[in-house]
Amino acid sequence: MNPGVLTIYRWELRKLRAQKRTYLGLGAAAIVPIIFVVALVTQSGQPNDVAFGRYLHDTGLAVPLVLLLFGSVWMFPLITALVAGDIVAAEDRNDTLKTILTRSVERHQVFAGKALATFTYAILAIAVTGAVALVAGILASGFNSIISLSGTRVSATEGLGLVGLSLLFYLVPILAIASIGLLFSTVFRNSAAAIVGTLMFSLLVQLIGILPGLGGIHPYLLSTQFNAWQGFLRSPVDWTPVIRALWVCAIYAVPALIAAVLVFLRRDVAGD
Amino acid sequence: MPEAVPIEVRGLVKRYGELVAVDDVDLTVEPGDVFGYLGPNGAGKTTSLRMMLGLIRPTAGSVRIFGRDPQLSVKALEGVAGFVEAPSFYPYLSGRENLRLFAAFDGDGAAARIEESLATVGLAERAKDRVGGYSHGMRQRLGIAAALLRRPRLLMLDEPATGLDPGGMRDMRDLIRELSASGMTVLLSSHLLAEVEEVCNRVAIVRTGRVVYQGSLVDLRAQAGEDYVLRTTEDGVARRVAEIQAGVTAVRPRPEGGLTFKAEGEDAVSALSLALTESGALIRELSPRHASLEDLFFSLTEGDERVETRRESGEGGGDPAARAKEAA
Repeated sequence: MNPGVLTIYRWELRKLRAQKRTYLGLGAAAIVPIIFVVALVTQSGQPNDVAFGRYLHDTGLAVPLVLLLFGSVWMFPLITALVAGDIVAAEDRNDTLKTILTRSVERHQVFAGKALATFTYAILAIAVTGAVALVAGILASGFNSIISLSGTRVSATEGLGLVGLSLLFYLVPILAIASIGLLFSTVFRNSAAAIVGTLMFSLLVQLIGILPGLGGIHPYLLSTQFNAWQGFLRSPVDWTPVIRALWVCAIYAVPALIAAVLVFLRRDVAGD
Repeated sequence: MPEAVPIEVRGLVKRYGELVAVDDVDLTVEPGDVFGYLGPNGAGKTTSLRMMLGLIRPTAGSVRIFGRDPQLSVKALEGVAGFVEAPSFYPYLSGRENLRLFAAFDGDGAAARIEESLATVGLAERAKDRVGGYSHGMRQRLGIAAALLRRPRLLMLDEPATGLDPGGMRDMRDLIRELSASGMTVLLSSHLLAEVEEVCNRVAIVRTGRVVYQGSLVDLRAQAGEDYVLRTTEDGVARRVAEIQAGVTAVRPRPEGGLTFKAEGEDAVSALSLALTESGALIRELSPRHASLEDLFFSLTEGDERVETRRESGEGGGDPAARAKEAA
């Protein structure tokens, strides 16, 4: 029997485990919340102009939420791009595409395995940040209730659930970024170009978002979807940004993935 | 059912813009062949191999591997293994880990053959080390081991001897002989005929993307013909005598002194020796010289004056180069 996507996926994870960049990304995902909390503990001030910023000293639950806001500018896109931009291009760098494509696996299976491994890594990165931020935050500020964006007090346990839900939903735009990283990795065949390209894309979208006169397209920018989770922290839950994030992210991710697959299926695997 | 032909290539073309890398190539590799695919670097050998393995798309023409098209599905490569250019690996994984990955991608019990393959190529001792630290020769051997995992019926090796020291080359030839004896069909490319002539039974010689000769090595040797070397006390006189001698052709001075010529038969050579003595050019050496395959190979691939005359003279007769040219 020929191996399938699952086999390729498992080996892609194994390859990620053997590479430094994986630990660089996950390490950053773990260290940034720690640095953030250390800074918080040693400083008396807090970022009041950011949602949940003023509660940072009151409850550890605010820490992951504030990090989600800060991280969307470039940290999470960069951590995601670090692997997404490399995973196809690395095969070009090592000239290994010819090696694996002359075994018994089809190109679309290889791509699927890589895409799944990329998503797995991105999910893991958010999970690591979330977990470390929660633990460090609770150690620093305690496991206390939090005030929702609608001004109602939410118990610590319920708040924890909402934080989990927010982290989970944060994955929607992150996976869109990962898809764009995959596309760039496939098209550029160069890790550095794909990683920088993905980051530039993410920053450019944010730039468009702050241009005056373009307020109308603001809800449809990828960068805006990084705030969609805030809908969960209103009472009652505001589903509008949540639903919109789902389809807007799909509009970014699906064409990118389709284009990447087509390029990958049709490309000549020739040495340079 | 008759066994399908391992490789059947018809009218294969690969164009990169203006550049024609592979120009209308026809190739047939029969079961049991050790087939040499020869030509200088840049003649399009690797590009052809990549098309045969489904790695790049032909501009025109068709490839059939055991009757199946590798462009459609990797299933066409069942029973096929090998590498193009240098074999490549994940440098951050060990040799054994690399083979495990390939075996996982092969399925079909390939994982059970890892240790055996490593032993065959003599890498068992170093298999735990990261490939990033391997020498060129070790990578070549690991490439063969990776191919053997698939228990191939057809082995395609691109320049397998490149960069190997003489001992490594000998090992490689021995291994290819061994594999061929076990019933494997082998296609190997090389830019040096000498590297493969000991192991190949059939060859195709390519030049700037075109096949200029395809056939057995025996025929190629026959085509090489016999030259004579002549050294005398008076080479200038000897040359004039030889040029007018019946049955003697292609008289050329040798850079290192003396002459070379072709003779239609030994009688013509005897007659020449008499004529030379009478002219006062005394013979120091008169000996037949088997034109080496290498000379022929160079003349076919470099396209010097000699091959042009060969082709012209061959068109009426059974000149294999001309035949190959017509076929292509």
